Amino acid sequence: MKTIRWMTGSIVLIGLIVATLFYPLPFWFFPELPQASFLGRVMFILLLAAGLCLYRITRGPTSADRIVGVDILGILIVAFCALLTISTGRDWYMDIAIAWALQSFISTLALAKYLEGKGLEE
Amino acid sequence: MIDILGFTLIGIGLAFNVFGCVGLFRLPDVYNRLQAATKCVTMGTCSILLGVFLIVGFVAAGMKALLCIVFLVLTAPVAAHAIARGAHRSGVALWSNSVVDQYAEDQEGKI
Repeated sequence: MKTIRWMTGSIVLIGLIVATLFYPLPFWFFPELPQASFLGRVMFILLLAAGLCLYRITRGPTSADRIVGVDILGILIVAFCALLTISTGRDWYMDIAIAWALQSFISTLALAKYLEGKGLEE
Repeated sequence: MIDILGFTLIGIGLAFNVFGCVGLFRLPDVYNRLQAATKCVTMGTCSILLGVFLIVGFVAAGMKALLCIVFLVLTAPVAAHAIARGAHRSGVALWSNSVVDQYAEDQEGKI
């Protein structure tokens, strides 16, 4: 019974991803660019994944779950900025990506040390 | 041709990101979620950045994409390790069906 549930969930998930990639949904991300349809769909699926991270941040049972969600959301935002670089053709989105990666790392380290319960000077 | 390779890399990275977030959503424990999400999302984002580098070529944005790959590979495992250590020390319980907890055994042996 559990195997049937897992297989059904996997088939539905992969089907949703493939359908969102190859079937034209109404996208509003920059429709005038030539590659905009594929990149818009990729960004839409990344936003859905970020929604899963937001669920884990809001409904996490412990505070460690919330910190994990914030860390993963930071890495997803780096990927999103990299996609915006080739979608809009502006270079400074990659600067935002680098800065966001470093800042997310430092904030995650600070939150982990706070979770551990000791001071920051160790 | 190289654009097609870049978009293929972006698609692979997108799949890894989505499955990592599904693992973050679905698994039962902090440590399971951490292990599933961190590795998958780091590899997927590095793949997306490599695809962006292949598409934009050897300009400033592409070099910054390579630099961002280096930063992610260096920083993401360190952050995950710090989160796991902090969670275990703050007393977050393991899943009820977990088999082994070697960090707690090491702590007992040290005391």
